[in-house]
Amino acid sequence: MSAFHKTEAIKSWGRVQSGYHWAAVPHWRDEIPSLLDEKTQSQATVLATGKGRSYGDSSLNVSGRIVSMTRLNRLIAFDPVTGLLRAEAGLSLADLIAFSVPRGFYPPVVPGTSHVTLGGMVANDVHGKNHHAAGTIGRWVTAIELVRSDGSHVCLTPTEHADLFSATIGGLGLTGVMTEIEIRLRPIQSAEMVVEDVPFGDLGAFFELARESDGSWEYTVAWIDCVSTGRKLGRGIFTRARHAADGGFDAGSVTSRLSMPVDLPRWVFNSSSIKLFNELYWRKKANRRGPRRQCLAKVLFPLDSIGHWNRMYGSDGMYQYQCVVPPECGRDVVRELLLQASAAGEGSFLAVLKTFGGLLSPGLLSFPMEGVTLALDLPNRGTRTLALMGRLDGVVSEAGGRLYPAKDGRMSSAMFKPGYPHWEKFAAHVDPAFSSCFWRRVMA
Amino acid sequence: MTNNVTTRTALILGGTSAIAEAVARLFAAEGMRLLLVGRSAGRLQAIASDLTARGASSVEIETVDLVAETAIHAVFDRLVAKLGGRVDYALICHGYLGDQPLAERDQVEAGRILSANFSSAALWALTAAGHLRRQGHGSLVVLGSVAGDRGRRANFVYGAAKAGIATLCEGIAHEFAATGPKAVIVKIGPTDTPMTDGFDKRGVLWSKPEKVASIIRRAADGKSPVVYAPGFWRWIMMIIKAIPAPIFNRMSF
Repeated sequence: MSAFHKTEAIKSWGRVQSGYHWAAVPHWRDEIPSLLDEKTQSQATVLATGKGRSYGDSSLNVSGRIVSMTRLNRLIAFDPVTGLLRAEAGLSLADLIAFSVPRGFYPPVVPGTSHVTLGGMVANDVHGKNHHAAGTIGRWVTAIELVRSDGSHVCLTPTEHADLFSATIGGLGLTGVMTEIEIRLRPIQSAEMVVEDVPFGDLGAFFELARESDGSWEYTVAWIDCVSTGRKLGRGIFTRARHAADGGFDAGSVTSRLSMPVDLPRWVFNSSSIKLFNELYWRKKANRRGPRRQCLAKVLFPLDSIGHWNRMYGSDGMYQYQCVVPPECGRDVVRELLLQASAAGEGSFLAVLKTFGGLLSPGLLSFPMEGVTLALDLPNRGTRTLALMGRLDGVVSEAGGRLYPAKDGRMSSAMFKPGYPHWEKFAAHVDPAFSSCFWRRVMA
Repeated sequence: MTNNVTTRTALILGGTSAIAEAVARLFAAEGMRLLLVGRSAGRLQAIASDLTARGASSVEIETVDLVAETAIHAVFDRLVAKLGGRVDYALICHGYLGDQPLAERDQVEAGRILSANFSSAALWALTAAGHLRRQGHGSLVVLGSVAGDRGRRANFVYGAAKAGIATLCEGIAHEFAATGPKAVIVKIGPTDTPMTDGFDKRGVLWSKPEKVASIIRRAADGKSPVVYAPGFWRWIMMIIKAIPAPIFNRMSF
């Protein structure tokens, strides 16, 4: 039996892009080199993949090969004093947290879902709601074991093979297969967080709240009602949280109790229902005052409580448009983006706004930079949605911003290259046997 | 919680099996002392590091070709000595699915399937049972398969071997009845492991190794000599066994 088998169409999380692949599912690190060997395997390009939570096409390599890493989920070493953890790259964040929380440690940076692998977190140099305090995950990576298609194993650290290290952090899996990753976890005193929701009336108030909170609250994020216009434009709920100082280590489950069993029909999402949702959400949250305590998972992974929530957007799927723009023009650009989105009648179900701090991202293709990031979930309505995102692109590039590859399934080469000025330096480190749908598109 | 009077020990034969590894993680989380046995030192070591990090009080590995080994008593004594003379849990996890159509033509393949899943498993199980009897306590856990409950064309050589090991294990359990030790055969349904790669794994009848492992862990301390994993296979197999041959023969699964 060949190590690679032909799959059915694999969809990414946004469910717009899909296609068949030749997939291998190794169970051991020692299988990786032979899977990459072009002499014994096919000539088609290869890509390591994790849990498939990238929204667009950065984790797809349609009609090529993929090496699914999720069975490589072993711990290799853990130091209960320093919190240094070394593990296989397919370890899921949910499993990592289930292991580390009872031991009094937490990943220094987590994205908005726990259904990602360690390798996926590093390949996308993910950020979290604590970006202003901790930067990206790449800042906490102390070593990566990388296997290349020429059969070489390279141990990357911030000082050894530093160039390849910085290409691999945020490198979308294109520099080889990460088999082992070592990161520094942070101590926590509790499995709970102290959380506060603060309603704000407009964008000015958001930036005021962000400035006031970033020093004293480790995690901050805001939901924006992006349907309301005029005086209410940019109103939202600012959520700020920090780890509680006491309360024990009962991890609090991240398992989903609800699940979306089928695709919702597309008529469910129309401008009225989106408007209604935004209004109800606003009313629910706006009346709650004062800090409260909640388990980590509820604060950091709210959507993990609904399995397959992406099916809410129906069989046509959804796009997420996530950009970052520099601080100077942040307020004006965000206002313009929200105006464009609501004018197009493509009001988003979920719009999230967060300020990024000045901590440098270590990856050549890392997305975060100092400024403000806006993420809009847009139901896929075909050309209408693409046209809207095209207009948003204009606003973002004008401002010197860029888009997040992990969320993207359509940005042009002309949008990508100016946004990522180190792309040429990065491209030199791409393993010649590796590629992805995303990479072929932005290099075209 | 771990009892802190004595650290319990587990001997896992076929330690690199995906299901064995998932069970071992549960043992490790309980702080047990573990000995993993298999053919590949490198792979056993990868698992041992993981189990150590997860809280096992100690993890040792031993490379033995369980199917080829002939000095089973001597090797078993050496393994027991490595665990300090006491075995609280002995798991027989090695197995080989094989290629049914090939086995029908090729005696070598048929022999491989029968010896891995029956003769070798049986000899190790008998040896382990002997130790548990002398020791006066302990749990023998043998991994079986729902394929052993009724022969069908897709995998009856494997199924026959699994039927044999199930009968042997039931016999050991019967012999142990009302004494200190216990034995259980766990009949496992289709599970998403490397052994079954190449099968179409969609559908509700496929289980994850973690799910199966939690059932095995409970079975190791339970009373029943025959456990299905997951439990619904008991009822499915009851129906399958009851289907009259004229109808069964027209079915293609």
